Amino acid sequence: MSNIKYILGSFGDPDEMMHGIEKLQENNIKIHDVYTPMPIHGIEAKLGVKRSRLDIAAFFFGITGTLTMLTGVYLATVVDWPINIGGKTHFALPDFIPITFELTILFCAFGLVGSYYASTHLFPGRAPRVMDLRATNDRFIIAVDAKENTEHTKIDELLKGAGALEVKYNERKYISYE
Amino acid sequence: MATHHYNLSEQFEFTGKAKILSIVGIALGAIAIVYGFMSGAHERTFANLLLMAYYFACVCMSGAFFLAVQYVAQAGWSASILRVPQAMAKTLPIAVVILLAVIGAGLFTHNLYHHWADPELLVEGGPKYDKLIAGKSAFLNIPFFMSRQVIFLAIYSFFAVKLSQWSAQEDLVGGLNYYRKSFKNACIFLVIYGFTTPIFAFDTIMSLEAHWFSTMFGWYNFAAMWVSSLATIALIIILLRKAGYMSWVNNSHLHNLGQFIFGFSIFWTYVWFAQFLLIYYANMSEETVYFYKRFNNYEAWFYINLILNFLTPLLLLMDRDNKRSENILMVVCILVLCGHWVDYYQMIMPGIFEFGTKVIDGKPGSGFGIIEIGTALGFVGLFTFTVLSSLSKKPLIAKNHPFLQESLNHHL
Repeated sequence: MSNIKYILGSFGDPDEMMHGIEKLQENNIKIHDVYTPMPIHGIEAKLGVKRSRLDIAAFFFGITGTLTMLTGVYLATVVDWPINIGGKTHFALPDFIPITFELTILFCAFGLVGSYYASTHLFPGRAPRVMDLRATNDRFIIAVDAKENTEHTKIDELLKGAGALEVKYNERKYISYE
Repeated sequence: MATHHYNLSEQFEFTGKAKILSIVGIALGAIAIVYGFMSGAHERTFANLLLMAYYFACVCMSGAFFLAVQYVAQAGWSASILRVPQAMAKTLPIAVVILLAVIGAGLFTHNLYHHWADPELLVEGGPKYDKLIAGKSAFLNIPFFMSRQVIFLAIYSFFAVKLSQWSAQEDLVGGLNYYRKSFKNACIFLVIYGFTTPIFAFDTIMSLEAHWFSTMFGWYNFAAMWVSSLATIALIIILLRKAGYMSWVNNSHLHNLGQFIFGFSIFWTYVWFAQFLLIYYANMSEETVYFYKRFNNYEAWFYINLILNFLTPLLLLMDRDNKRSENILMVVCILVLCGHWVDYYQMIMPGIFEFGTKVIDGKPGSGFGIIEIGTALGFVGLFTFTVLSSLSKKPLIAKNHPFLQESLNHHL
């Protein structure tokens, strides 16, 4: 039993990498993930990546901000310090729409930055999860789980046939932890 | 990526139901206007004519604005749909003539702008002397007012017609010369347009209530005309697609138009609210009078306005799939266009009929009936007829636009 965990096909050209993805999919080999130094148009559809749920998260962060501000304003202007300002009612909603809007945006932005860090393991103190360092520079990497897909020679051939410049056999998932 | 083969010389044929319906609309409008004058409601008919003529001109000039924005941004996605705003831009001269005729006739028959256009208001010590209006008379006097209107609208028409002509010539000659020319002139047009549309809105609409002023009013009108024009463009494209034309327009193009309509509806709400909030907060009586009239005598319209122009696009277009759906986008476009009619109604009517539908001194007030619906139908018919006949003169795609391939392969 080998200790190889992941097989990485390293491409120098995005079109060849897209070709490699097609080749693997034709042979029913499941692709773990693909890492590229730049966004590639249409790659989500090809890999069947699910639509991001970030917008749903954004909605709930925003609603939290709205409710926080409205509660805060109500407590301050009605419960704690009811002051007559310009003859208006204590909880004069139009006055507080701008600040409520600002807090909605603030909560939404901070929440999304937090979610992004949490889902990508980029928060301070953590080593980033990188399978191949050159994927952040000039290479396009297709990663295949070697435990699930046991026909290693076939994968090797398919990747090289599609134009992979090199094929790596990694014994650990994230080399950046070294 | 798959290569597409579209018929790049496809041309719209303006016949059949669309033509008959638009002519019926024009006829109904003419009958309603005649009815309005015969029944003695001169002011109300003039207010409606001003409303629809202004709406018509604003939608067409914002079509030219759309073209200019696409050129200046060097946008690729829109290259294949430019013929629709071009047809609207080419109609602008007709809309301008109608608007100037309505304004001129309204001024000289004292049905419009009588808050400032009466020379007796300026006679110091006279029975009608109005200090505020006298102070504004250097700006609000008939010769200067009319020349501003003519100059602004002539400039907009010039650029609107030129931008669509250059695109037609680009079809014949090809190359980048016409694109560069359009780019340069679009830059000039945007600067002029940006600085003059607020003044145009101050003149045409805000001066109906010449005692009141708001510096937000120009941007508020700009937002209204821009979002209603975007909704018109999207609606025309969707209806053309349903009639079997423009097969190259995919749901990514609709998505972009939906984002535009969504975004600028929010922007409209932002300026509407900014104007309201400052007046509400400061609570100065000479400014609150504007909202006092609208709250007390036009209360239902006030809320319908917000529901149609803010809540409808906000709730219906927030979802990505809704922006990409032809039918939902079409419904939202129609609602937004109705909403901006209500918006203009809110701006114009309380300035002329302060007390709403009430009859004061035997003079009938405003209302919602045959005159309103008929005039609106008449102008919708006129718009459809003029824009579609201008659309049918050229192929539906600018085949030599440098970014055409990008637009045909547009994918979000």
